[in-house]
Amino acid sequence: MSVLVDEDTRVVVQGITGGEGNFHTEQMIEYGTNVVAGAVPGKGGQEVAGVPVYDTVEQAAVEEDADASVVFVPPAFAADAIFEALDAPVDVVVAITEGVPVQDMARVKRAEQESDTYLVGPNCPGVITPGEAKLGILPGNIFSSGNVGLVSRSGTLTYQVVDNLTERGIGQSTAIGIGGDPIIGTDFVDALQVFDEDPDTDAIVMCGEIGGEDEEEAAAYIDEHVDTPVVGFIAGRTAPPGKRMGHAGAIVSGSGTGTAESKIDALRDAGVPVGDTPEEVADEVEDLL
Amino acid sequence: MRLHEYQAKQVFADAGIPTPASGLAATVDEAVAAAEEIGYPVAIKAQVHVGGRGKAGGILLADDESEAREAATDILGMDLKGFTVERVLVEEAVDFENELYVGVTMDRGEGKPVAMVSTKGGVNIEEVAEEDPDAIAREHIDPAFGMHPYQARKAVYDAGVDSAVARDVSSVLTTLYQLWDEKDGSDAEINPLMITGDDEVVAADAVLNVDDDALFRHPDLQEMEEEGGFGGDELERKADEYDFDYVRLSGNVGIIGNGAGLVMTTLDLVDHYGGSPANFLDVGGGAKAQRIANALDMVFSDENVDSVVFNIFGGITRGDEVAKGINQALEQFDEIPKPVVVRLAGTNAAEGMEILNEDLVTVEQTLESAVQRAVEYADDVAGEEVDA
Repeated sequence: MSVLVDEDTRVVVQGITGGEGNFHTEQMIEYGTNVVAGAVPGKGGQEVAGVPVYDTVEQAAVEEDADASVVFVPPAFAADAIFEALDAPVDVVVAITEGVPVQDMARVKRAEQESDTYLVGPNCPGVITPGEAKLGILPGNIFSSGNVGLVSRSGTLTYQVVDNLTERGIGQSTAIGIGGDPIIGTDFVDALQVFDEDPDTDAIVMCGEIGGEDEEEAAAYIDEHVDTPVVGFIAGRTAPPGKRMGHAGAIVSGSGTGTAESKIDALRDAGVPVGDTPEEVADEVEDLL
Repeated sequence: MRLHEYQAKQVFADAGIPTPASGLAATVDEAVAAAEEIGYPVAIKAQVHVGGRGKAGGILLADDESEAREAATDILGMDLKGFTVERVLVEEAVDFENELYVGVTMDRGEGKPVAMVSTKGGVNIEEVAEEDPDAIAREHIDPAFGMHPYQARKAVYDAGVDSAVARDVSSVLTTLYQLWDEKDGSDAEINPLMITGDDEVVAADAVLNVDDDALFRHPDLQEMEEEGGFGGDELERKADEYDFDYVRLSGNVGIIGNGAGLVMTTLDLVDHYGGSPANFLDVGGGAKAQRIANALDMVFSDENVDSVVFNIFGGITRGDEVAKGINQALEQFDEIPKPVVVRLAGTNAAEGMEILNEDLVTVEQTLESAVQRAVEYADDVAGEEVDA
């Protein structure tokens, strides 16, 4: 079993005719993902990577029973694309696009909160249920099927941790890259909740980083609600205040909020072991299982 | 991006927020001429992106021509926390009774804008927020509707602003929110908003920081950014040209990687194994050979760097491209300037390993061992420097 996506998920790709959208659609199909349609305004009737393209997401949802969307459209149009997917509606929207304006995301967030759709991202690598489906740009070959749920704000850090797990023969139920932006759809708490409800996820790894207070909120949530054991990792212990470390959301504010220390302390106080290195995270998971 | 004070004031004034009479000057003579025209006393303020300018000597008052000349001479060309002052704003010194704070920012936890008012203006508002959070009235704004007029009034009354000026302060806050919204602001602030003895409100400072990701729809702000000049040091300028996410730090182990989280983790590991990171450099996703070579050039340009660790976990970045870039960058040297440790994993890592010229670099299989090796190299080089 898994969360959010599986072999039955029917995917529509928004922006399928663009370079990135086209390439990664082929990659997703090659991985075994059930991509059933593309959606690009003005391109209805075409075919890309063997799937039909529609002018609207709603058409793809109606004609092809698409129930999940992956967004590859450029940043200036990404918010509009997400609104369209929320309205179609589909059950899951994975927004890969990097560089969506924050105020656009505040409006998207407002709409998402009133819908039943899970939005993942933006600026994220996507979601993968190993052996079943990947929605996004994650390199499928490093993942293996298993019982560890993984949620992370960073793509390549996810790959690193997965690599350390796979080396020990530990597979993943689902991995969710929630993205490094200040305002995102699915956050740690949402991901922890779905993993905790999944009978086949026996341990959860959460990889956080500096900036914001999502990790602190996640720690409080774990303390009160999560029965599945969780192992944590926090990137950015050496980051200086006031400097944006790549991700728009990864910044320690001048007043000292959003530090790695505060997040690590909050997690440890909630009984979550926090590894100093990705290797240690894998060690902790191995001990738990 | 951050607008300079003089730019933000212009934007605020154009929108109808009262600001003091002022003039921009790049020379002492221009500053004195501006002061003469405005009339004394004036404040002479360094136009650099540095917090706490006043305490650092970047803001001086002048009561007459000779004082203005002296102040402008002191400030122009001075080094303010690493930034050279190239321009000053000469401004009418406002005689005030009270100082307020008004601001609009994005509350990322709530995912909503928040408007703030405090009667404790004129000081570091982050300190107020920490020590006396109740002294700041906050009103969250629904981004679907924007700020309702009552919300501006509510924030002002909740903050305890004197009723004689409440209407004018509400009006300033409303305008500030509209500007923040229209210009894709990340922060818009007036601190202090001065209240004079005649109950006039005047914006004595102005902050407008704009979301870099939204600049594409604001050509006017892009122009202001160019006109304002680039703030950082030489290396940061270079990073800007190469379009890298780069942050300079104080250590001696240079770090290059792909993806913010993994690069931060590499920094943390350098620290964990007893070293000290020299920088954060993220080449981003899908970097080709030239970009990889640029990254090495970037890190080699930092004279503090004694060794380099290259950590790539390829998703959309391909190991063969990375290896080509590393070879390309290093083959131009007769002698490699600083030892380079490479760790490649993920997409096309095996192909990359075959291409990589192992006479030029040290290859390690894991992140941990690569970082440890780079820290050792840096220690060796630093040791030799001490011996020499």
